[in-house]
Amino acid sequence: MSEIALKPIALPAPIPVRELLPWAVFGGLMLMLMIYFVGAEEGATSLIRSMYVHEFVHDGRHLLGFPCH
Amino acid sequence: MVGSLLLRGMLVGIIAGLLAFGFARVFGEPQVDRAIAFEEQQAQAAGEAPEPELVSRATQAGLGLLTGILVYGASIGGLFALVFSYVQGRVSGFGPRGTAVLIALAGFVAIILVPEFKYPASPPSVGNPETIEARTGLFFVMLVMSVATAVASIGLAKRLMPQHGAWNAWIAGGTAYVVVMAVAHYALPPVNEVPEQFSAVVLWNFRVASLGIQAVLWTAIGLMFGAVAERKLVERRGRQSVVRAASH
Repeated sequence: MSEIALKPIALPAPIPVRELLPWAVFGGLMLMLMIYFVGAEEGATSLIRSMYVHEFVHDGRHLLGFPCH
Repeated sequence: MVGSLLLRGMLVGIIAGLLAFGFARVFGEPQVDRAIAFEEQQAQAAGEAPEPELVSRATQAGLGLLTGILVYGASIGGLFALVFSYVQGRVSGFGPRGTAVLIALAGFVAIILVPEFKYPASPPSVGNPETIEARTGLFFVMLVMSVATAVASIGLAKRLMPQHGAWNAWIAGGTAYVVVMAVAHYALPPVNEVPEQFSAVVLWNFRVASLGIQAVLWTAIGLMFGAVAERKLVERRGRQSVVRAASH
């Protein structure tokens, strides 16, 4: 009886790495690309030839702590 | 399962981003405005023509800031969900809510706080445009180093745990992180590009606001994602037990 009472609450089983890996690779890349556009595009490096992205997210870039001009 | 956690993480990140945007409007924008006023004053004193505005200040401080923080929030929320998917039940023995809070705490320290101590957020007019490449490089070197060291330190603590107990293992892991990051802070070159006349008060308030925005974002993501993930994972467990009962 006491054995049952002291048994810890069952935790959800870990998600198998095989299931996680494709999401981590493709999702991770996409998410980091999104951060790149907010944080660094048209600063040190540039994929698009303008300053529009940089100027548009300018305040966010400064306030989120990314290096800026 | 991972896909639905990822989606939930990004949605949670957007809601957290809205809260962070509110904080940024109240505490951050006044400092940005003061820094830009300083920049214009300096340019005027030097006899330079004012820079043409590609995007108006109102747009930068409104829609631009909102977009930036929401995209950033969604990305951090998504990455948070991916890390959570690996850590839950594997590295952390806590339930989903406890795990999420620990990830948020570790992420805030390793991704924001410790790198910021070396290369802090800077308002407009602090920072030389010619050194942007070097500064961006150093910023990301520090970021990657901090995250890698944090992961290795947690690994170390986990390895020491069976033999030395949780208390001593976490002290050892924490010490390893602090020592490696102290060496990195000492060894990496400093960046000091604050103009002579720039207000120390504005600089301080800007940096506190920047840390505040991140604290709001990470706290909101940690607490909300934990609640959402617990509901999702418990729902799955409930369904499995129903299936098992039905097949018996």
